[in-house]
Amino acid sequence: MGVVSRGFGSRRDDDGGRPLPPGQYLTEDFPVLSAGPTQVVDTDRWRLDVRDVDGSTHSIDWAGLMALPSEEVTVDLHCVTRWSKHDTTWRGVSVEVLLDSLLEEETEAEFALVRCYGDYTTNLPLEDLLDGKAWIAYEYDGDELRAEHGGPARLLVPHLYLWKSAKWVNGIELRQDDEPGFWETLGYHEYGDPWLEQRYSGD
Amino acid sequence: MDDERVLDGNVLAGDLGAVFTAEMTSATVTCAGCGDAGALAQAVAYVDAPGTVLRCRGCEGVLARVVRTRDEVWLELRGIRSIRVPAPTVGASPA
Amino acid sequence: MRRTSTPWLRARVASAWLETRTARTLVLDVPGWPGHDAGQHLDVRLTAEDGYQAQRSYSIASASATDRVELTVQKVPRGEVSSYLVDVAREGDELEVRGPVGGWFRWTPDDERAVSLVAGGSGVVPVMAMLRARQQAGSTAPFHLLYSTRTPDHVIYADELYRIATSGTGVEIAYVFTRGGLPDDVRAPGRLTAADVAAVEASIGRPGRVFVCGPNPFVETATRLFLDAGHPASIVRTERFGPTGG
Repeated sequence: MGVVSRGFGSRRDDDGGRPLPPGQYLTEDFPVLSAGPTQVVDTDRWRLDVRDVDGSTHSIDWAGLMALPSEEVTVDLHCVTRWSKHDTTWRGVSVEVLLDSLLEEETEAEFALVRCYGDYTTNLPLEDLLDGKAWIAYEYDGDELRAEHGGPARLLVPHLYLWKSAKWVNGIELRQDDEPGFWETLGYHEYGDPWLEQRYSGD
Repeated sequence: MDDERVLDGNVLAGDLGAVFTAEMTSATVTCAGCGDAGALAQAVAYVDAPGTVLRCRGCEGVLARVVRTRDEVWLELRGIRSIRVPAPTVGASPA
Repeated sequence: MRRTSTPWLRARVASAWLETRTARTLVLDVPGWPGHDAGQHLDVRLTAEDGYQAQRSYSIASASATDRVELTVQKVPRGEVSSYLVDVAREGDELEVRGPVGGWFRWTPDDERAVSLVAGGSGVVPVMAMLRARQQAGSTAPFHLLYSTRTPDHVIYADELYRIATSGTGVEIAYVFTRGGLPDDVRAPGRLTAADVAAVEASIGRPGRVFVCGPNPFVETATRLFLDAGHPASIVRTERFGPTGG
């Protein structure tokens, strides 16, 4: 360990009265993180492709997404850059509902590689997208999701670090093997559970 | 490209110094995507992310990515076709 | 020159003072600091009691010296390192620095060409290092500083800049206030214009080197104005800093 700087690090002590994952601090605002230019995608042009392990592709457009039953969820967010935000409210379609509507048979996939406008990718086990644990979210705090936060639609997987909640989502590739995504290929943890502090590869 | 949060490749000098002995931000790098060449210092750097993403000022393609973990620096140069630096003229020893 | 990987050095805050309400200069004693060229930066690393570390890159403000270096840090929203350096660190506190790093945005006193320095906000820090290096070396290269801030209250190094400008050593300084100036100002408040850039050439002739430092939109605007005025892109060197990440 290096030289300890007196008085540094105290902002992480404020947990808002609820436990925070280790190493996180609470923020009230909603920081925008981006690895590239903000993607501006018109809903007329928006499309999401689900590619199954057999190579078949199943697409949904914006009208199709809007026609699926949605739910409102209030969740906590945890970003690997150490901020957490309590009680964020979203509306979206659960990924399980989406996949059920697009796939005729149950997939044999074990993993998913999520693709986005702007070429961002992230990977996760398929089961982390199912069972009411993940959504294709298109409203935040009662308003349509702004482009800087991933609108028109982003993946929301709040039980994992926020880099898994890919902005500007446009594809889910269902796979039998695990293919690491944008950050997972460069030192970040393949799973990213904030409560286990799985920040970096090998944690 | 009027985003206040966007920096440039100058910001990578320290981390690249942990990997290379030549001063890398002054190096001329050629984008593997569009072929544009320029100083690494002048490429577009996105720093508000889990790592730093360096993009081509011409085509916005990813030139390089740097992640600093607890005790390592990870560097990917997939988007750079070539790197040019001045050859050392002092202290070069024969093979 | 060959060198090995730059080591982290232990630094101690020797003194510190506010330059504006949100910018603070810190003088650091750094045993083993080898000196630096004007315009280079260093990395600061802070370590908390629990081992958590944060690292940021800052421009060096001072002219070269061994074992001592000065930073001027602008506090940025949510910036855990800049907030610490501006609000918390006090004399005797310790941190780590690594450097100097960076070779692109750099001026050395053997360069005799006319220099145009263009700074937006705390972008003045690395160009101040260039001015200080020029004065320290007794260089006679013509220098012009075009310094844009929101108001006169946001000017960093006001007193030292006044002394340099009135020293009769060939440095001219022009201020651009974007939000509000002083009652008797000739120039109306507003963003950098072609006239501001034309005044540079009227003062020092065609510059052989232009150094632009500031937030990204400022750097983009200033660079475009210089290119529009017919200055070749090859003489313009830029460095961007942002309100986040610090």
